[in-house]
Amino acid sequence: MSTVSWITVRGLFGRRRFLLLLPLPILLVGLAVLSRGLGVEPTDWGPPVLVGLGLAVVLPVVALIVGTGVLGAEIDDGTVVHVLTTPLPRWQIVLPKLAVAAGVTAVTVAVPLFAAGLLADSVRLGVALAVAASVGALAYSALFVAASLLTRRPVLLGLVYVLIWEGLLSNVITGTRVLSIQHYVIALADRLAPTNLLATTVSVPVAAVMTALIIVAATFLSIDRLRSFSMAGETS
Amino acid sequence: MTTTSTAAPPATATSTLDLAEVSRWYGNVVAVNNVSMSLGPGVTGLLGPNGAGKTTLLHMMAGFLTPSRGAVTLDGRPTWRNPEVYRRLGLVSEREAVHSFLTAYEFVLATAKLHKLPDPQAAARRAIDMVEMADAQDRRIGTYSKGMRQRTRVAAALVHDPQVLLLDEPFNGMDPRQRLHMMELLHSLGDAGRTILFSSHILEEVEQVSGTVQVMVAGRLAASGDFRTIRRLMTNRPHVFAIRSTDDRALAVALMAETSVSGVELGRDGLTVRAGDYGAFTRMLPKVALARGVRVQQLVPEDESLESVFSYLVEA
Repeated sequence: MSTVSWITVRGLFGRRRFLLLLPLPILLVGLAVLSRGLGVEPTDWGPPVLVGLGLAVVLPVVALIVGTGVLGAEIDDGTVVHVLTTPLPRWQIVLPKLAVAAGVTAVTVAVPLFAAGLLADSVRLGVALAVAASVGALAYSALFVAASLLTRRPVLLGLVYVLIWEGLLSNVITGTRVLSIQHYVIALADRLAPTNLLATTVSVPVAAVMTALIIVAATFLSIDRLRSFSMAGETS
Repeated sequence: MTTTSTAAPPATATSTLDLAEVSRWYGNVVAVNNVSMSLGPGVTGLLGPNGAGKTTLLHMMAGFLTPSRGAVTLDGRPTWRNPEVYRRLGLVSEREAVHSFLTAYEFVLATAKLHKLPDPQAAARRAIDMVEMADAQDRRIGTYSKGMRQRTRVAAALVHDPQVLLLDEPFNGMDPRQRLHMMELLHSLGDAGRTILFSSHILEEVEQVSGTVQVMVAGRLAASGDFRTIRRLMTNRPHVFAIRSTDDRALAVALMAETSVSGVELGRDGLTVRAGDYGAFTRMLPKVALARGVRVQQLVPEDESLESVFSYLVEA
């Protein structure tokens, strides 16, 4: 593990906001177990739990907490300066942080999604949801790490994207789905395990290309912004 | 524990930090206005009242702010968007932010590894010894006092043995002993050929540490050079006192006869007295008052704020 990754992991798990990661995955698995236990038809509980909660809420919210935590929290409290006053090329700071964010998000979300997919349909659906969510974790993380460097309020910006753009607009105006990571994840999962529990109008090629594009563009943006990182000037 | 640990090894090379007509503004507010200076080996104090632009200037020197105009270079290369400068430059910022979940040793060692030093463990131990933190190095930084955290940050900034060290208000939060030790450390680093710049708004701190001083007032470089010369200017400036007594008029007449007094103004609320020599005036006043049978009820130096001292420097 690189030193940047090590500091990032210690920082992430050393802050109380880490505890925020736990309730949503537990709720996801709990609802799946409850629905299955009560004998509710998977076609009835599958879409709201897998998509409505798992992919539309748990994945982006966990990614937001972690993605803004790996760099945004350090920028907030000023500790990022210690890493920046080293000759490390800035990509060697951004990439490990992104890897930690995507990894932690993927593990936190993929495991409960696998369990919920398994309970709803099959191992294949569970694996498909876990894999697609992991890809989505990388895309969301790249986006939220970049947001940490673009604004002093990355959580707010992330919430606007998740709640307003993805949660509201993409359900009302189908055209906005082409810029929705949530719909890329649904398309990829449905491709890996075709099922009537997952539905989107975004095609798999579009989802794959746009996911790759977002990851690459957001990462480059983060590296460039970190090169120009400015400290607030006038304190004394 | 001894103070011998403050001895810094001689610098293998020297570096020069140059500012050429540097300005920085935020919207309509000019934080730094057309500042030029060249900093070579030795300790230089950056002195100025709060809001003078010291931190902005330090951030530009350290590559954390781009000048709106002008250029900041370290050995001829720009500091902005150039991480390579951190091989030769260390920064201790004013903001007291450290990874509180790490121990001092972990923190300094991590910094050494980030610098990709050949023997990071030895470098970390050396830097921790230099700031006398060896005894507490295995405790979490979150449990440290403000002064200990500050020393830990200095150790991290020194771990790669930089030729240039920038410190923003480094004595904040330190007790007198820690302050003295830090002063010795800066002296030792400067004597060993490193370029040290530290900012402070406290005259005495700068006086004790550095022979060379750069004085900033309202974003401008107000004075630059040997501290003793600048200090003399400060000492010889006229001092203004507000005095209230049982007989202001009688006291005014008596004071006007004294050579240390250059002017007396009689007002409704008492006297405003201008004196050339602070010490001579304050020694003379009780004697004169006693001789005239006047009781001094209040004596307040009116211009002792740091801002007034700096303003005087600008005019001098």
